[in-house]
Amino acid sequence: MDKTFPSIEEAIADIKDGAVIAIPGFFACGVPRDLLKALIKKGTKNLTLACGCGPLVGAVDEMRALVKNNQVKKVIDSYGLSRSASKGMQEPFEQAVRAGKIELEVFPMGTMAEKYRAAGAGIPAFYTPTGVGSVFEESDVTNIESNRKPKETRMINGQKYVLEYALKPDYAFIHAIIGDKEGNLRYSKTARNFNHVMAMAARVTIAEVENLVEVGKLDGNDVQTPGVYVHRMIKVSRPQFAITID
Amino acid sequence: MSQKVKFEGLPREMIALRVSREIKEGSYVNLGIGIPTLISNWTEGVDIVLQAEIGMLKTGSLAEGDDVDQDLINASCQAVTALPGSSYFDIVESFAMIRGGHIDIAVMGALQINARGDYAGWSNPSRGLFVGNVGGSMDLCAGAKKLFIAMEHTTKDGELKIVNELSYPATALGKVSMLFTDLAVIEITPKGMVLKEVMAGLTAKDIQSVTGPKLIIAKDLKEIEL
Repeated sequence: MDKTFPSIEEAIADIKDGAVIAIPGFFACGVPRDLLKALIKKGTKNLTLACGCGPLVGAVDEMRALVKNNQVKKVIDSYGLSRSASKGMQEPFEQAVRAGKIELEVFPMGTMAEKYRAAGAGIPAFYTPTGVGSVFEESDVTNIESNRKPKETRMINGQKYVLEYALKPDYAFIHAIIGDKEGNLRYSKTARNFNHVMAMAARVTIAEVENLVEVGKLDGNDVQTPGVYVHRMIKVSRPQFAITID
Repeated sequence: MSQKVKFEGLPREMIALRVSREIKEGSYVNLGIGIPTLISNWTEGVDIVLQAEIGMLKTGSLAEGDDVDQDLINASCQAVTALPGSSYFDIVESFAMIRGGHIDIAVMGALQINARGDYAGWSNPSRGLFVGNVGGSMDLCAGAKKLFIAMEHTTKDGELKIVNELSYPATALGKVSMLFTDLAVIEITPKGMVLKEVMAGLTAKDIQSVTGPKLIIAKDLKEIEL
């Protein structure tokens, strides 16, 4: 079962305006940069970028290009804004959020992780203690006021929990250090972060890998994401980037 | 509300040192951004394991020069090193560890805290946005066995940060057990805030003058030991 695509353009060719795309990465670490660049080139619009911990704060050049091209409708993230309030004010993304032109919806990071896991595992919703006592138990936390729907809570064994829903993206862009042609993947150190769970969650998972190997060359003991979750494979070169964020 | 009294306190590194003394060997610990991150400078050779929510146990010191690996960072987005026995895992596993009660101590920074152990830290209203960068702070509050706060006692302008009622959006309610500042060490108990230690040269009355809630003075009140 060979899942490799001849070009990155062909691997993302069917992504249509309005798609929900999962973007892994913890700031700049583990971000699928070549897929993002191809998406910028393709120019697909009205996108919802479902993140986890600031991949677009890390991949700031890509974010600026996406905003400049007017491709983004909504971002979902636990850490979507620049760390520095003063520098954030100068970012086109934050300016668009302030103007209400792009929606930013926020969830605690562990809730983001579990929303993807639930989607991948066939669980429609779950109760979590995270966010109890904060605005996260009251309503959706978004800059668009009319979208702040009330959240449900429930007492279980004397403790309060918040109901959160699975998040199933149309596509996931994945970055792995090595993968075989059947889509088995292995990550490098902390670059794993949201990659595995987003591969589980999406309807179509497209993985860019630094090393593409023949089936059998990646030992079964070393596979971190089994190929069943991965639909398309692309070979890329190792990205070079600055780690730091503003 | 502001009394605009301001004392010259301990440097941030010394607050971190004082917190490190409160962490028992054998503990699994998560350090938040800011002063808490500095605690790792004082735990070398101490048998504790640092967890980074990106998906790593046993993070080492900050990486420099050739040791910098773009695939190896901590939750503050700094390049770090690994130690013998370090492990990596995905984000679901990381937050299962955090939410599931496996982390002994989380140390966080704060913008405001009250005598009930409620604190605010994820969103500063001065940014003028309803949304903010919550990161993993609320998961740590929900799951860590103990929550410590390490922060400056007042703002740079001398505004109170230890207040009777939070005016900033809460991160968690009733979770903080110990508060370490540049001026004092305060324990949060069901009866209220107990002043345990003060910076050398200051009195309990001085600390009260920059603290909103009425402090209970510990019988064995002493200077902050460093």
